[in-house]
Amino acid sequence: MAINKESNQFTFGFAIGLVVILGVILAVLSEGLKPYKEKNVRIKKQLDILSAMMDVEKEGITRANADVEFKKYVMLEDAVILDYTGNVKKAEDGVSAFDIDIKKEFRDKTLAEKDKNYPLFVAKDKNDKTRYIIPVVGKGLWGPIWGYICLKEDMNTVLGVSFAHKTETPGLGAEINKPFFMDRWKNSKIMEKGSFRKYEVVKDNSGPTKEYKIDGITGGTITSKGVEEMVNRTLKIYATYFKNQKNLK
Amino acid sequence: MSSEKGSEPLFSKKNKKLITDPLTDNNPVTIQVLGICSALAITVQVNQAIVMSLSVLFVIIMGNLIVSLLRNLIPSRIRIIVQLLVVASLVIIVDQVLAAFLPDLSSKLSVFVGLIITNCIIMGRLEAFAMANKPWPSVLDGLGNGLGYGAILIIVAVFRELFGSGTLMGIPIFGNPLPGEESGLYAMGYQNNNMMILPPMALIITGIIIWVQRSRNKALIEEH
Repeated sequence: MAINKESNQFTFGFAIGLVVILGVILAVLSEGLKPYKEKNVRIKKQLDILSAMMDVEKEGITRANADVEFKKYVMLEDAVILDYTGNVKKAEDGVSAFDIDIKKEFRDKTLAEKDKNYPLFVAKDKNDKTRYIIPVVGKGLWGPIWGYICLKEDMNTVLGVSFAHKTETPGLGAEINKPFFMDRWKNSKIMEKGSFRKYEVVKDNSGPTKEYKIDGITGGTITSKGVEEMVNRTLKIYATYFKNQKNLK
Repeated sequence: MSSEKGSEPLFSKKNKKLITDPLTDNNPVTIQVLGICSALAITVQVNQAIVMSLSVLFVIIMGNLIVSLLRNLIPSRIRIIVQLLVVASLVIIVDQVLAAFLPDLSSKLSVFVGLIITNCIIMGRLEAFAMANKPWPSVLDGLGNGLGYGAILIIVAVFRELFGSGTLMGIPIFGNPLPGEESGLYAMGYQNNNMMILPPMALIITGIIIWVQRSRNKALIEEH
């Protein structure tokens, strides 16, 4: 071969050429698969929302029929968007509550508190009871945690929660999405004597005597505290809204 | 190294050995003890082990093929980086395809698909074999090593899922373990072994496989 493949020019040329080719291939692939990935994200969100108010598995809701089932239960046209004071925001054109990415807003350090959106989903269960579903997002030990809290028609009692995490420690913090932990939130009340009362995630099973004390996860203290912070920060805002709604009635 | 003259049959004895060796006496996991980390991490369920094996198989075959095709061009000073680039790109392809078409499995495998990049088996085969051999033997070598890795992964996963969760590929084998509605073995008082779900059990099962293999073939036992 005429080319000296150990020369500096060839080495640089080879490296640049390879990187460009691989870069183009990966970019094309990523763009090509985007619609599929977006659909997966949407369906996952629908399943997460539904699993706060019911046992998704028992109801036979899977990825395949999530789109249809979601529309049956959740009335997106009734969903509202709140601001940080708990008042309903004026609807901006084309922005639906479902499309608001609260994770992104939570991460965005430049976004002012007053510009953040707090969506509230309204749903009806099989017996036509109204359900309110609140999305929450916060910080775990290693990365983001998020979830949905479903309230009963009294706008106070927790029907169920669904938590999820990105990279919490398996066996420890990662347990927040296990039924044993999520079930501990059931039937707790977010308000006491008509105003918001903070949840406490506690140790040593010392909690369950008080319904706002939730037993945390052994070895998952920081994640448990993250859940506590996430729930309290978000519910405080929604509690104001619920209080106003009740006063109207 | 291999510079055979003339045309050699595609599955000559030598080429067949490339596939069968890593499955038995030169298994990358049990004999060379490479790729152990992922063998511990994703063998709780057979499904995950199968998808992980297929992903590694794809990456190792394609990586071997590409590096082997480029072997006469790759400047030796940057060869490791080039290998890494090829592997990393292939892994991203696998990761993206899984995320698009098998989202549930993809989220369960999470970081471990990305960690295929650091799977020593792959880099080892690229550096030790593909850099010095023609494309076809390299593909076979990748196939053999990928299968050898996958075989161990799946064997370990079968044990762990069967005795840890009482299921195989998610299908209940021993009956229903839910308290209050037990059936099958569980009704007779059988319980799942939670130890099986924890990583140490994967190491112990891998150790048992190594033991069985070496006691059947004394030649594999190292002298000290």
